[in-house]
Amino acid sequence: MHTSHLELSQVGIDFPTANGPFTALQDVNLKINKGEFISLIGHSGCGKSTVLNIVAGLHQATHGGVLLENQEVTEPGPERAVVFQNHSLLPWLNVYKNVELAVKQSKTVRGKAEIKEWVEHNLDLVHMTHAIDKLPSEISGGMKQRVGIARALSMEPKVLLMDEPFGALDALTRAHLQDSVMEIHAELGNTVIMITHDVDEAVLLSDRIVMMTNGPAATVGEILHIDLPRPRDRIAMADNALYNKYRHQVLQFLYEKQRKVEPVNPRKSVGGTKANAEVSAEINAEVKKQA
Amino acid sequence: MASSTIVKIMSDKITPSLGLKTLLKISNVLLLPLIGMVVFLALWAAVANNLETSLGKFPGPVAVLEQAVGLVEEHQAQAEKEAAFYERQELRNADRMAKDPSYEPNIRAFTGVPTFFDQIWTSLYTVGVGFFFASLIAVPLGIMCGLSKSAYAAINPLIQLFKPISPLAWLPLVTMVVSAVYVSDDPFFAKSFVTSAVTVALCCLWPTLINTAVGVSSVDSDLLNVSKVLRLNTWVHIQKIILPSSIPMIFTGLRLSLGIGWMVLIAAEMLAQNPGLGKFVWDEFQNGSSQSLARIMVAVLTIGIIGFALDRLMLSLQKSVSWDKSVNLR
Repeated sequence: MHTSHLELSQVGIDFPTANGPFTALQDVNLKINKGEFISLIGHSGCGKSTVLNIVAGLHQATHGGVLLENQEVTEPGPERAVVFQNHSLLPWLNVYKNVELAVKQSKTVRGKAEIKEWVEHNLDLVHMTHAIDKLPSEISGGMKQRVGIARALSMEPKVLLMDEPFGALDALTRAHLQDSVMEIHAELGNTVIMITHDVDEAVLLSDRIVMMTNGPAATVGEILHIDLPRPRDRIAMADNALYNKYRHQVLQFLYEKQRKVEPVNPRKSVGGTKANAEVSAEINAEVKKQA
Repeated sequence: MASSTIVKIMSDKITPSLGLKTLLKISNVLLLPLIGMVVFLALWAAVANNLETSLGKFPGPVAVLEQAVGLVEEHQAQAEKEAAFYERQELRNADRMAKDPSYEPNIRAFTGVPTFFDQIWTSLYTVGVGFFFASLIAVPLGIMCGLSKSAYAAINPLIQLFKPISPLAWLPLVTMVVSAVYVSDDPFFAKSFVTSAVTVALCCLWPTLINTAVGVSSVDSDLLNVSKVLRLNTWVHIQKIILPSSIPMIFTGLRLSLGIGWMVLIAAEMLAQNPGLGKFVWDEFQNGSSQSLARIMVAVLTIGIIGFALDRLMLSLQKSVSWDKSVNLR
């Protein structure tokens, strides 16, 4: 029997609010193969992070569930390592100790020498061995995110979950880190789910781009296969017709099919919609006022 | 041309303002506190000069300084007496031993009246012990309340109930319970000491407990998620994530507790006649000599100075355990 590596089936989540339950996600279905690089793209507030958190086990789906290698995901764990948006390094531990904390939780790495070796190996993967004794406050944002990635990789995850990993970085640093991630993905072949706002980033890095509809009751809108040969070079891609076609398709989805500033479609009569429509109307009025 | 003019104007503006800045800094550190002190002393002296009490004039700064010197001298005299007493005792015992080798030397402790400095020491020791045990209970309990909503729900009503209780209301109960429970032929601690320390501890618990609970429950949720993804066990979770995050709040609580403990102790000593600075104040008040008010004033100022010193001590302890050295703690 062939099953996929990671499977989201009929995933939905309701958040309790004062006006009754608010359906953030509904009927999210996704099958992901081993070693695949998936990007989740969509407007902010559409529930991308919630999908990631459900896969991570940090949120519990109200409906449906997530299967990783045929096992249901019920709680967080190192086999689904997360790279957080704002790095989330422990500010009181230096770079080495931040990674070591994760390595010490590992079941496969034992003994002092082995731990040290594994920490250094992972820091080497992200080119951070030079700052091993530095505190997070002493290194730049890009470096912190590199350490965050090293920490996640050191757990030897089956799936690497990245929540807008480069969102807080400047364009040049982001490009560097994207290259690093492609390099690491080519070397280790992890399964990756990455959340992003950045169309170029999604097309450049992914095997498939999962585009999400706007909330409430957000779900998978379209899935775009990116058939570009690897390794991909960002400069060569700039003139690649196929690359630009993919890029165009994502942009079309985001800015034509799922335009954000429209009032919520009244067809979707789920709990909380009314409140949301009111909020949208307010936002629209605000936008008009400013214009 | 134009740029050089600008540079000249800027340098003209910068140099005097820099000088002014250092001058301002000096005045902030030295001059202004000095002015405040002088104004206070002058007002004190003026008011004291016009204030008649049944025990004579209210002591001014000079009278208080005289008494402070007097208290130091009394302490030195007492120390000399004590040394002499032990010397005599030793001589006497050696003498008896020489006459009769089977004689068991009988060593007695010196039983002089405790001086002002003995009382200070007693008070410090008492507040230290009370505060230490209160913290030993309050910090873990606070962590528990911060980590678990159920524990918080269970303990919170008790905190709210016991927090506003004056130490003096506890005192009679504590005294009776200590007399009933702490029974020993050869007590290691005096009963009065235990009573005072327990009363201090009862009042030291709450600020530490509440601040620790708040600090622990407001740890950055991203760090909590890290801990969940890493599946840290409870102990590592507390040690690596909770404690470092909530150190500032824990210390805020500890400093408040120590301040309250010190105030409470003086009141308890006065009321219960337990040895310490409070008893010194009460004894002087009962004594009612013409110097009493000045001597009480010395004690009052000493209480203030020690309270300040204790807070500074906690601050430097906080600085030494705080991981974020860039924060300006005050």
